[in-house]
Amino acid sequence: MPDTPTFWSTIAAAAPEAWLVAAMCAVLMIEVFAGGTKRPRLTGTMTLLALAFGAWLTLEYGSVSVRIEAFHGLYVADPLALVLKLGGLLFTAVSLLYSRPYLDRRGIGGGEYYVLALTALLGIHVLASAGNLLSLYIGVELLGLSLYAMVAFDRESGVAAEAAMKYFVLGSIASGMLLYGISLVYGLTGTLALGELAQHLAAEPGLGLIVGAGFIVAAIAFKFGAVPFHMWVPDVYHGAPTPVTLFVSTAPKFAYFALIYRLLAQGLDGLSPTWTQMIAAVAVLSLFVGNVYAIAQTNLKRMLAYSAIANVGFILLGFTTGTVAGYRAALYYMIVYVLMALGSFGVILLASRRGFEADELEDYKGLHARDPLLALSMMMLMFSTAGVPPFVGFWAKLAIFDALWQVGSVWLVVIAALAAIVGAFYYIRIVKLMYFDDAPAQPRGEAGVALRFVLALNAFAALALGLVPAALIDVCIRALG
Amino acid sequence: MFVMILFYAFSAVLIAAALAVITTRNPVYSALCLVLAFFTSAAIWLLIEVEFLALVLVLVYVGAVMVLFLFVVMMLDVEVEQARGGFTRYAWLGWLTALVVILELVGVYASHRFGADAGAVPAPTPEGYSNTHELGTLLYTDYVYAFELAAVLLLVAIVAAIALTMRKRAGLKVQDIAKQVAVRREDRVRLVKMDAEKRG
Repeated sequence: MPDTPTFWSTIAAAAPEAWLVAAMCAVLMIEVFAGGTKRPRLTGTMTLLALAFGAWLTLEYGSVSVRIEAFHGLYVADPLALVLKLGGLLFTAVSLLYSRPYLDRRGIGGGEYYVLALTALLGIHVLASAGNLLSLYIGVELLGLSLYAMVAFDRESGVAAEAAMKYFVLGSIASGMLLYGISLVYGLTGTLALGELAQHLAAEPGLGLIVGAGFIVAAIAFKFGAVPFHMWVPDVYHGAPTPVTLFVSTAPKFAYFALIYRLLAQGLDGLSPTWTQMIAAVAVLSLFVGNVYAIAQTNLKRMLAYSAIANVGFILLGFTTGTVAGYRAALYYMIVYVLMALGSFGVILLASRRGFEADELEDYKGLHARDPLLALSMMMLMFSTAGVPPFVGFWAKLAIFDALWQVGSVWLVVIAALAAIVGAFYYIRIVKLMYFDDAPAQPRGEAGVALRFVLALNAFAALALGLVPAALIDVCIRALG
Repeated sequence: MFVMILFYAFSAVLIAAALAVITTRNPVYSALCLVLAFFTSAAIWLLIEVEFLALVLVLVYVGAVMVLFLFVVMMLDVEVEQARGGFTRYAWLGWLTALVVILELVGVYASHRFGADAGAVPAPTPEGYSNTHELGTLLYTDYVYAFELAAVLLLVAIVAAIALTMRKRAGLKVQDIAKQVAVRREDRVRLVKMDAEKRG
């Protein structure tokens, strides 16, 4: 940490965040005065350009080899923050790319959608760089509020309104639990700074701290959508417009990874024997409930929601180890899973057209005959999510197993492997539907060539990263050095 | 001594007002009694020299929250008698809850950590010390990052509320203020010359 940071060096550290706020305000103004119905595509383009410049700023000002604190410790810049921010930027940009035609065709693509996406991304950035419980909480709220509004964005849809209501109420309860846990921890340690928290915990933890950690774990499970706090996930994924589902299921995962890592692994490291047990219970339940319920679904979005719950179980398994190797494995799994979720929901978006949502499993019967490229992409993504080698999903699962094995949690490895086998069934069922079932007369998706190329690239990335796994693993090792 | 008299006077009013909140039958009186309770609490806070919090309590709770509350109470036709229907049936639950709360309060007060003599009596602040100034200094230096982000949070709430509620339907009747202002007498009033008619 620099001894006396000057005003400008402090501001420069937070350049990506400052840029996002500026871009958000600018997009809002452009929408009001130059966009609207006259030029509906203008705000989307501006937002994508802003994201590209934000990525450059993040690389320029965020790539640090050591931890730097700014704003009196409320803001930290470290290698992990850099990876999470770049991930958030990339996945937000691609999900906006996927969703643009869908929103435009259905007339729900107001400029506010892009503004809310930008504020959600700002929340992700704030969480990724949070050095204090205060900034952590504000990041959670920024992200949460933006997401609730995005889910309700299609005002004509009653299902979306219901989903948004559930998400809002349950999310508010989760925020309340997080605040309650934070207040207990603050009351018993006397500090809000995550770095100082670890030092104050060195003494033997009392009951109050354990209760506080329990509330914090519950809030994290809520945000991730892990069992027993998963009730909102299927309804939100199913009810929200598909572009929003795509966004909710991808970029915010980076923020929630920051939340769990900064709170538990950094702040409450001294309590790790306690919270690893809580996380283990949540993870095992998520693995089983997610995988078993997914089999019974007939709606693809709902099935992928339960699949998300199961995959969150895998991410949390990495945290049950309480070791750096485990956190690395969790980060690797999270990035890989988000890549595959992006592609899977992208397929749903590209297969849909106006008046045909393409979200039932029935709609995918004989997709190969109608649209070979889409079917091939979906097959690669499903195999990867199921954990079939040589796709990248296999390496992600292997990394988690390896981390668990190293700390001697053999029974967790067995449970996770069983859950993965159950899960493979419903992923491969999709492939069977697409390739071996007869095609009913269904309309073809109306996506453009460029978008289909992006999707193919996304699916191919799942294969390429599986063939050359070292690159991404290296990124994770450097992030959590 | 004078401070003690003030303290007991305000406390007596506070307790009376708080009791009135739950005993009056009219919800409007209830809300007004709550306003009185907030005012007296603010006065008690002034006695321990936290003038900023006292001001904020009056501004936020009395000025904003309670006014909203009164709006809701007056606009909704609340069936008071119906709401009180199950009162005697659930009274035991209320007593039980009250008992638990009282026990908890006694427990907190009796414990060595939180009791009346747990901490040193705060020294009176020196002449010219401003609570508001100190809070402002902290807010705009140490916590400026969180402060600015909280501002963005409010902006998000405004954008979300407008995006979700403002709709453009066909046939919506909207006032165009500019047109209303620019209107001239000739547009609206037409003087018709008519000959006087004979009654018949």
